Parts: sequence; structure tokens; C-alpha cells
Amino acid sequence: MIERFRHLLAIEPLSAEQITFLLDQAKPFQQIQRHPLKKLATLRGKSVALAFFEASTRTRISFGTAATRLGADSMSLQAESSSLKKGESLIDTVHTLEAMKPDCIVIRHAASGAAEFISERVAVPVINAGDGLHEHPTQGLLDALTIRDRRGSLDGLRITILGDILHSRVARSDIHLLSKFGARITLCGPAMWLPRELDQLAPGVRRSFSIEDALDGADVVMALRVQSERLNEPSLPRDEYIRLYQLSQARLARARPDALVLHPGPMIRGLEIEPAVADGPQSCVLEQVTNGIAVRMALLYLLIGGTGSIEDLPNASD
Amino acid sequence: MHVVEKRQLMSATEIDRTLQRLAHEIVERTPDLQQLVLVGIRRRGVPLAERLARNIEAILGRSVEVGSLDITLYRDDLSTVAPQPVVQASDIPNVDDRDIVLVDDVLYTGRTTRAAMNGLFDLGRPRRVRLCVLIDRGHRELPVEASFTGRTVQTSDSEIIEVRLQEIDNEERVVLVDRVA
Repeated sequence: MIERFRHLLAIEPLSAEQITFLLDQAKPFQQIQRHPLKKLATLRGKSVALAFFEASTRTRISFGTAATRLGADSMSLQAESSSLKKGESLIDTVHTLEAMKPDCIVIRHAASGAAEFISERVAVPVINAGDGLHEHPTQGLLDALTIRDRRGSLDGLRITILGDILHSRVARSDIHLLSKFGARITLCGPAMWLPRELDQLAPGVRRSFSIEDALDGADVVMALRVQSERLNEPSLPRDEYIRLYQLSQARLARARPDALVLHPGPMIRGLEIEPAVADGPQSCVLEQVTNGIAVRMALLYLLIGGTGSIEDLPNASD
Repeated sequence: MHVVEKRQLMSATEIDRTLQRLAHEIVERTPDLQQLVLVGIRRRGVPLAERLARNIEAILGRSVEVGSLDITLYRDDLSTVAPQPVVQASDIPNVDDRDIVLVDDVLYTGRTTRAAMNGLFDLGRPRRVRLCVLIDRGHRELPVEASFTGRTVQTSDSEIIEVRLQEIDNEERVVLVDRVA
């Protein structure tokens, strides 16, 4: 039996076995996305607090949809409307939120470690929806689910991650996760976004500054969003980024013919990815979105549901 | 607290004979067999539904559709079930306008059947839903009855009926056990 999950704060401390368990748990929830009636009553009367101290549209909607489809309610707190702007401390805001008696807190925050900090100070389960440059574990899980569905297994894949690795918590969660299944991971992007320390992030990781080299024989290509405001720092013009690092059809041809293309969104067409690739047959971008709801439903169910003990089980053969 | 076996209710041969009889009853009372779908409730309803389907196929000489349904997400006792219950995938053909027979090993409180019906109706609108169980042990808490019953057994609250099937338990019999403090 897998040990009990109390929170989901990061991928790094999880074992491959625990990750496999979580991915398996997402399967029945994937089916529910295809049902004509997608709403369950399983978590009726429960509520999920979505505490987003950093702008987010898709992750917040995905968690909100996951809660709704399980029959739970969600309450949303956004940075723009929160008291943080008025000078309230993070912990005071979270205690206020906790006093509203949610059954789970989903938190996104610009500070690395914020989710863990909160989890040590509240009584309910906490899910990290992205903390600074640290991790975005549910994105890691939904990426892995998408890859496993298409490939049949996660074992020993050749993964290429393109773009701004330095500032990407998505990349960190993906790297930790896939590395536990023996992936060989190549990180590729401008040198300013590929510091040497990334080599030590997990076993099987290497850096490459040439996209052609990085894509060679890849099973999975993950393009990250390039934030244009970052392209102004140590002077890498947009055109230069496109010329050197854009994932184009011509470049993708260097990967395996059936290589998968993933992107966590929001996608800037024409910058980090060519539209023909984004819409091409190898693109899994929309599957990622659907799988995101399934993964988040599985987690909410796992963390909020089943608070009793095994002895309480009624006649098992009923 | 531990459990002791009180007596055997069915042998392997008796289980087999009962499933033969139930298959005949289902065929007899299903006017349009094209529309028939047997849906096993996880876990032990699944091998039972498969066996019933094989028996019906032997009678009719053509195949019968079978599905499986996991009711974990439809239970009404979320806070009292095991910590972090594991959800299994369901595998069900299109249910719209079909004549469904839910298959389970034991009918007890009726809550599992209620959950299964909820699960089924999330998938579509069957024309009819009936229930087939190997054992009916009484003690209903909901207005649920089986259309096809293998055997009815009088039990007390502390007793448990264990249906052990080759496919899951590596043995084949039905036993009545009792909880002893």
C-alpha cells in the first residue's frame, strides 16, 4: 500500500512508485472528461480554496473545474483583489482563508517554498499550483500522463526541453519526474537561461546550446513559454531567439518521426513555437489541458476524500 | 476483532449451476437480446458478469456485451471509507437505450446498487436497468430489489458473506463468516 498523501508540494521528494500511483488514479477521471454528464457528487459539501497570489488563468480554471466536476465548491482569491496589496502578510491572508473552513488549499505564489511554508501552518491539505522558480507539480503530472498515454510507458525516454529553463518551475517538475523513470533529458536554450547548476538538478540531465543537436532523436519535445519581457535582459533580441531556438517544423524533423510536442501554455505562436508545429499531428497541447483537469480531480479526491480508517469499512462484499 | 468461518454456502459446482440458471432466466425475461448489456460492479461483479455472458452466449450462439463499473466515486460514505480509496477505471459500452443488467456478488444494504445506478446514468440513459446478484443477504437500507437472485440467505448484522472467485481469490466458494470480538 502506498503511504498516505497529505499534501502535494513538489515532485522531487516523490518516488517513481508514488508517481505511478498518482497517474493511475487520474485514469478514471480521464474517463469522466468524456462522459456526457461530467459532474459527480463525490465531494459534495466540500470546498477548495484557490489562493492565487500570482496571476494565473488556466491553472486556476483547471483547479476550479476539477473541484466543480467532483461536486465541491471553490472559493477564489486573486492577487489583484487580495489584501496583500494592502500590506497583509502571507500568513495572515492564509489564516483568514483557513478560517473560512476550506477542505483543501491550492496555492500559487511568487516565492519558492511558499506552498510548503503554508502547509506547515494549516490543518488542511495543500496543493502547490506553482511556487516561484521551484516547482509546479500538477503540471509535471499532467505532462507525464499525456506522455504515458501516447507512448505507453515513461521508461527511458529521450526528452528535450526548450527555452527559458532558468525561470521555469514547469521544467523543474518535469525534469524531476521524468528523471525518476530513467529519462535522458536535454535542456536547450540561450546560455543566460541555462546555468551550469541545471546539470546537477537530476540524474540524466545535460545542457545543449544548439537546438539541432538537442532535438536529435528526441522522443518528446517540450517547448516552454518565452516571456518577451525577459528577452530584453542581457540583450537577446526576439528575432535572434526565433532564429536560434524556435521549434519549427524543419527542426522538429530531427527528432523521431513520432516525437510528441508538449507546451504548458500560454503558447506564443511565432515566438517559441511555429504555428504549424503547435497545430500539427505531433502536438499534445490540448490533451495536456484535458489531462490537467483529470490529474487535479484525482488529487483533490485523494487529499479530501477518505478521511476514515480502513477498519471503518462496512461489509466489503456489499 | 477477528473473523471465523461459520459455514460454506456454496461450492464451486453450486456457483456454476446457479450462474447457469441465472443466465437462462435473463434470456427468458429479455425480449430483445440485441439490447442486452451485462455490467459487472467492481470487483467481484466483473468476473460474474463475464461468466454469465459466456453462459448466455452458449445458449444463444452469439456474443453478449459486457462492461465493468467502478462505483468508488459514487459511494455515499466518503468520510468513512478507507483512507485514500483507489479508484478503478470503468469500461462500459454505450448505455443509451440499452437493456442493462447490473451484476454483483452480494446484495446487502442496497447502497452499492444505488451508487452503480448513479454511475450508469452519468453515462447515458438506459432503457431499463435490472439487478442480478449471486447472494441476497437481506438488511436493506434502500428500496432496492434484485430481478435475478442466485440464493437468498438469512444473516445477522455481524455476519459477512464472502464470495471467493477463482479470477480474484484463487479459490471458488461462498462462505458465511462471523465477526468475533
